[in-house]
Amino acid sequence: MSEAAVSHYLAEYDRFRDTLAASWPVQRRSDALDYLKTHGFPTRRTEQWKYTDVSPITRRKFTLGELPAADIDDALVEKLRFSRLDCHELVFINGSFSAELSRTPDLPSGATVRALQSDGDGNAELLERYFGNEDIGHAFTALNTAFLNDGVLVHVPDGMEIPAPVHIIHLGGREDETQPSQPSPMSHPRNLIALGRQAGASIIETYAGFPDSEYFTNTHTSILAQAGARLDYYKIQQESQRAYHIGKTRIRQEADSRVDCHALSLGGKLARWDIDVELVEPGAEINLNGLYLTGNRQHVDNHTLVEHKQPHTTSNEHYRGIMNGRSRAVFNGKVIVHEQAQKTEAHQSNANLLLSTDAEVDTKPELEIYADDVKCSHGATVGRLDENMLFYLRSRAVDEDTARSLLTYAFADEVIRDIRFPEIRERLEQSIAGELPDTDLIKEFMQ
Amino acid sequence: MTDETAKVEELVHKEYEHGFVTDIDTDTVAPGLNEDVIALISAKKEEPEWLLEWRLDAFRHWTRMTEPGWAHVHYPTIDYQAISYYSAPKAKEDGPKSLDEVDPKLLETYEKLGIPLHEQKMLAGVAVDAVFDSVSVATTFKEKLADAGVVFCSFSEAVQNHPDLVREYLGSVVPVADNYYAALNSAVFTDGSFCFIPKNTRCPMELSTYFRINAANTGQFERTLIVAEEGSYVSYLEGCTAPMRDENQLHAAVVELVALDNAEIKYSTVQNWYPGDENGVGGIYNFVTKRGDCRGAGSRISWTQVETGSAITWKYPSCILRGDNSSGEFYSVAVTNNYQQADTGTKMIHLGKNTRSTIISKGISAGKAQNAYRGLVKISKNADNARNYTQCDSLLMGDTCGAHTFPYIETGNAGAIVEHEATTSKISDDQLFYCRQRGIDEEDAVNMIVNGFCKDVFKELPMEFAVEAQKLLNITLEGAVG
Repeated sequence: MSEAAVSHYLAEYDRFRDTLAASWPVQRRSDALDYLKTHGFPTRRTEQWKYTDVSPITRRKFTLGELPAADIDDALVEKLRFSRLDCHELVFINGSFSAELSRTPDLPSGATVRALQSDGDGNAELLERYFGNEDIGHAFTALNTAFLNDGVLVHVPDGMEIPAPVHIIHLGGREDETQPSQPSPMSHPRNLIALGRQAGASIIETYAGFPDSEYFTNTHTSILAQAGARLDYYKIQQESQRAYHIGKTRIRQEADSRVDCHALSLGGKLARWDIDVELVEPGAEINLNGLYLTGNRQHVDNHTLVEHKQPHTTSNEHYRGIMNGRSRAVFNGKVIVHEQAQKTEAHQSNANLLLSTDAEVDTKPELEIYADDVKCSHGATVGRLDENMLFYLRSRAVDEDTARSLLTYAFADEVIRDIRFPEIRERLEQSIAGELPDTDLIKEFMQ
Repeated sequence: MTDETAKVEELVHKEYEHGFVTDIDTDTVAPGLNEDVIALISAKKEEPEWLLEWRLDAFRHWTRMTEPGWAHVHYPTIDYQAISYYSAPKAKEDGPKSLDEVDPKLLETYEKLGIPLHEQKMLAGVAVDAVFDSVSVATTFKEKLADAGVVFCSFSEAVQNHPDLVREYLGSVVPVADNYYAALNSAVFTDGSFCFIPKNTRCPMELSTYFRINAANTGQFERTLIVAEEGSYVSYLEGCTAPMRDENQLHAAVVELVALDNAEIKYSTVQNWYPGDENGVGGIYNFVTKRGDCRGAGSRISWTQVETGSAITWKYPSCILRGDNSSGEFYSVAVTNNYQQADTGTKMIHLGKNTRSTIISKGISAGKAQNAYRGLVKISKNADNARNYTQCDSLLMGDTCGAHTFPYIETGNAGAIVEHEATTSKISDDQLFYCRQRGIDEEDAVNMIVNGFCKDVFKELPMEFAVEAQKLLNITLEGAVG
């Protein structure tokens, strides 16, 4: 199985090698392919993939496909924009930048926000300086590294702040699904975000697709926050119900930097997302906030890894999940406190709400601690709606369905209310409330 | 810091209390493992044909398996062909009928351990089935137990006298091919304990077995099987010490518990095998498979363990909650010091309706030790209203040790409620200051705080064991915190 998939991707690479963006060194591409040849795709025998079987992805022969047609449905993109939010918007269709659909207001001079492919070799030096020595880790990162073609480069120089958020929209799949015999498209976007000392930015990544379209998004985002930098980072995954999504976010933080990361997984048939955080200098702080909602036969897997490498680093992690239908959710949160990292504070919690008897959740909060002067804790819960809370609402004449919806909504809201932008909050509230019965009634309560 | 280091120094130089070798003749088979050795073991023990077949089946599985590498422990590769798989005290031929006939050197050994058989017989009212290098040499209180209908004997005797019971239950909880070490044990186990509590019987006393590794180069492979029939109750105590030796020794035991309707088994362990010296040389490799099957409705299995010894501990006493309304409990204190490594925890597999499980795990890590909790709570699809509560706390002493938590929670039923919480910290300066301020010296203060930390587990131990456990803990950790 895995060998067939590997040779398929090697052939794909040979077919498209000349069209791929030039600013990425060929050496790194071939190293990544070598990795793929040696290691193959992960199986469930690999501890990190114990609960997620990737064979639905490796079985299908995804292709890089053609460039997007000019007449993309504007309405679809329109729905994904935050129209009331003043922001830089970069739109990608199946991994390729679309200048017509994007809008880029003026930036403070010296700051860079642009698509990787838009200016040939111009980015090579920046890329090499900040992201030159990342290791590969697993087969999907290797695929992304080999097929890297487009994505966004954000560079904010020392002491500068980009006031308007940067919104990156990735749209996958095909509008016309009438020819199922054609191979489904794949994309390997790579986003690179480098914040200088005392720099600040807000970045939003949205992943979506054409309704009912089958496609594969394999995305990778690398973030570097230098001393004192401040980043607000959102990733909203609302892929189509037939889409496959593999994502990796790598965050490296230097002294006194702070990153707030909001991970929101709503869509996809099979979605996996790894967040790897390295706190490499004292005073770095990461807040990981996550929400996953699953229904039908969805499979959503969230992995996080926080490495405290130096003293006085802080991490707070709070993930919540709601499972319905025959869906399955996986959460794996790992905190490693290295030997030197005294005075570390690391807290992690994962709460899961099972709404249906056929849903399943597998959670594994891990701590690996090699220093003694630390405060670390983790907690995980799995349960249903609290009977007492339901009774409380029923006794106040709220009917059962509404009471359930309300409590479910309140469960998710614990994560949503920490989001700074009201526009994002609103969109999430709508999409959660939209899944529940008696939406109109809950909305009354939401006011 | 220097003070602390000095105290750690002092501690690590405290030699292992029970380090001595009893010099008696043993009947040892040459090192190596193949089907002939297994046939030889089986023949020496005059076992029936089916048991030999069962051993060979396990051996064939074992040869196809690979040693597990997922545990958070590191050790040099074990050469299984360099181990001698059978060693029995010579005295066996004489067949001691009472304590007086037992080799006095053996009794001396127990005396040094502070657990003299004859004293225990009179004072503690505990029946002791003492395993000395794989073969039982003395069993006490047989008559009293026989009156109650309880069968408590060595495994070899059980094979001779109660073959039907053994055949029915052996391997029914831990199948021959369950895991690498269990398969090895199934192939070469030499002796162990067998216990059968008939219907509606409350075992009149606490049952106890002391294991002790003695002959050099002999891995010990015990097999324990406890069956509690409908409505019965038994409390079983297991304690271990081992003499000092420089070569690593392998200990791969298997314990199987079966609880039928409304039966209850309480299994307590104090494990104090030789942990190796301050440089991490020597020590026992303790790779144990322990599993209880709550087969009947309303049954209950409770594991309590205090792990202070062994160079490496790899041990996950588990409960399969098969019967409706059954419950499983796991209480553990694991202490590691110097270069000790422990990867221990439990598995609670909820299969029946209204099943409950409780996990309380306390890990204490000092010196350069690594201490990991690894647990699984699995709620299967049909386990309606299952309930689990897990708490695992770690205490770190010194800045070169590690404490790790790897809990797996798999929930496939929406009616289940599963809670897990874990904390890791060191003894806080405030707590120490509070005690010092009231005239309690540092050493005692640390002991008090550590004992308080472990109290939830110690209170589950039978009285005699609780005392021994507290003493062990104090010895193991003396001066580890400044």
